[in-house]
Amino acid sequence: MTIPWDLFAIQTVNGIVTGMILALVASGLTLIFGILNVVNFAHGELFMLGAYVGVLVLATTGSFWLALVAATIIVALLGAALQIVTLRPLVGRDPMTTILATFGISLVLQNYALWQFGPVARKIQEPITGHFTLFYLDYPWYRLMIALLSAAIIGGFWLFLKYGKYGIWIRATTQDRVMAEAMGIPVPWVHTAVFAIGAGMAAASGVLFGPLVGVDHAMGLPWVLKAFIVVVVGGMGNLGGSIAAAIFISLLEAYASIWVSPSQAVIVSFVVLILTLLFRPTGLFVPTPK
Amino acid sequence: MTERHSTVFWSGFAVILALLIAAPLVLPPFWGRFLTEILIWGLLAMSSDILIGYTGMISFGHSAFFGLGIYGTAAALLLVDPPNLFLAILFGLVASGLVAVVVAYFSTRLRDIYFAITTLIFSQIFYVVIFTWTSVTGGENGLAFTRPGLGIPGLYVVRFTAETMHWFVLAVVAGSYLLLRRITQSPFGTVLQSIRENEARTRAIGYHVEHYKIVSVMISGLFAGLAGVLYALQNQFAAPDFVFFLVSGETVIFNVMGGIGTLVGPIVGAGFFLLLREALSRFFTEYYLIPVGIIFIAMVIFMPQGLLGFMRRWLNR
Repeated sequence: MTIPWDLFAIQTVNGIVTGMILALVASGLTLIFGILNVVNFAHGELFMLGAYVGVLVLATTGSFWLALVAATIIVALLGAALQIVTLRPLVGRDPMTTILATFGISLVLQNYALWQFGPVARKIQEPITGHFTLFYLDYPWYRLMIALLSAAIIGGFWLFLKYGKYGIWIRATTQDRVMAEAMGIPVPWVHTAVFAIGAGMAAASGVLFGPLVGVDHAMGLPWVLKAFIVVVVGGMGNLGGSIAAAIFISLLEAYASIWVSPSQAVIVSFVVLILTLLFRPTGLFVPTPK
Repeated sequence: MTERHSTVFWSGFAVILALLIAAPLVLPPFWGRFLTEILIWGLLAMSSDILIGYTGMISFGHSAFFGLGIYGTAAALLLVDPPNLFLAILFGLVASGLVAVVVAYFSTRLRDIYFAITTLIFSQIFYVVIFTWTSVTGGENGLAFTRPGLGIPGLYVVRFTAETMHWFVLAVVAGSYLLLRRITQSPFGTVLQSIRENEARTRAIGYHVEHYKIVSVMISGLFAGLAGVLYALQNQFAAPDFVFFLVSGETVIFNVMGGIGTLVGPIVGAGFFLLLREALSRFFTEYYLIPVGIIFIAMVIFMPQGLLGFMRRWLNR
């Protein structure tokens, strides 16, 4: 069998682009898990709602960038409200109850979107339409831009965590909740803010990804599944690991889809997950735990 | 269990069983069929209760066992001529049992959230395989088949009617309930409950926790497969939707609504959910999951014991 190098190169670019969006979705998920100890089943729905808010704002204002910012803020506020109403009462209970609560949220949000926007997929017009030549393909600049923007958002967030005052609050809460509370950090509000940030990141990736596939009510599920895989493979609660795992898995899926259909290529990432769980249950990209 | 307690239980069981036997003769056909469906979904929910309520592991992958039970039955009914009821049950159980072995082996290495995610991923693997392997499974269109007669092949066979189907389902579900109840009260079941309460201590006492977990997932998967067989016999078609994650999610909802760790609770929960769906879809059409989801979230927060636990506490007051 000859190896189709040109296809290989194209799929490498594709894999990295998808990987960066996935990293953006997964970093919100891993953040919420690492700090709140909540597995957010509704993450895919926040991604989907972000895309829909993007569609609506784009339709009224005509500006993609405004849509991106508005979707991020609106869904972040929604996330904060959801956290206060449904997750705050569950603090101190079995963490499994949070899975149930967020699963309920995802059902409500998904069916709300279906009811509000109907089953027909909406389209987001991409902000830049230029192409460049990649072998025999006209490759859209927009795809590369998504990858860069995702990287910028994640990088900005990392700087915020590292140097910002509230970022330090978040890290302090992660390390030791009780101590952080004793030092005067309003832990419940840090939790709310973290959930809001995670929701906002999901929404931003929804808007960014919207032009590539079209927006419908069920678009969240495949992403949340993949994000779960990424978060587990990268090590739960580990931001750097999640990014590495997102790119790794997207590349594998991209290569696999040279030979099989994309819907079957998903199985590759499932297999990666199972192998990881068998041999490195704490994640591929973390040092061996103490 | 005291003597008196046991008498109360068996008389209660007999009364409910008698009511369920009489139901299809009294109820209009629509509601008779509805009741049969409740029993089938109740069996699925009950099988998942072994994991959620007794071993303390939430499975988000029960659709895999249920769906494979359906497809196993379909295989037996389409491949073997003449169709044979017992072969159909056997095929369904073998299919779901094989899946359960694989899922149990891998997923029980993990705990809590990781277990939930792994079971979810496994069910999606089977969903993707069934959905894309069109030549064997019929893909999105699924498979249609006719159900076999009731009885011993070669000796005495009658065609299923709505009533006999109901009684057949009732017999299987009631038998499964008694069996599962026996399992949960056996020394084995007690070990499962001690894993739920304190896994580290159970291990320290000397129990091989992993083995117990694997067996509990397999038992759970087998009964979920049995529910799949019943569903296939009742509805005479198989579709990839039954392997889809939503079925697993609904199974968890049944458990939480009815009350985990009670075996009866999940059946009550399934009945409550299906009734809610029936009632609410009159007003909300296909968007009934919006109010049902809100009720579910409220129950998770305010009524963690489920309907049955809530009623029990209310009666004891």
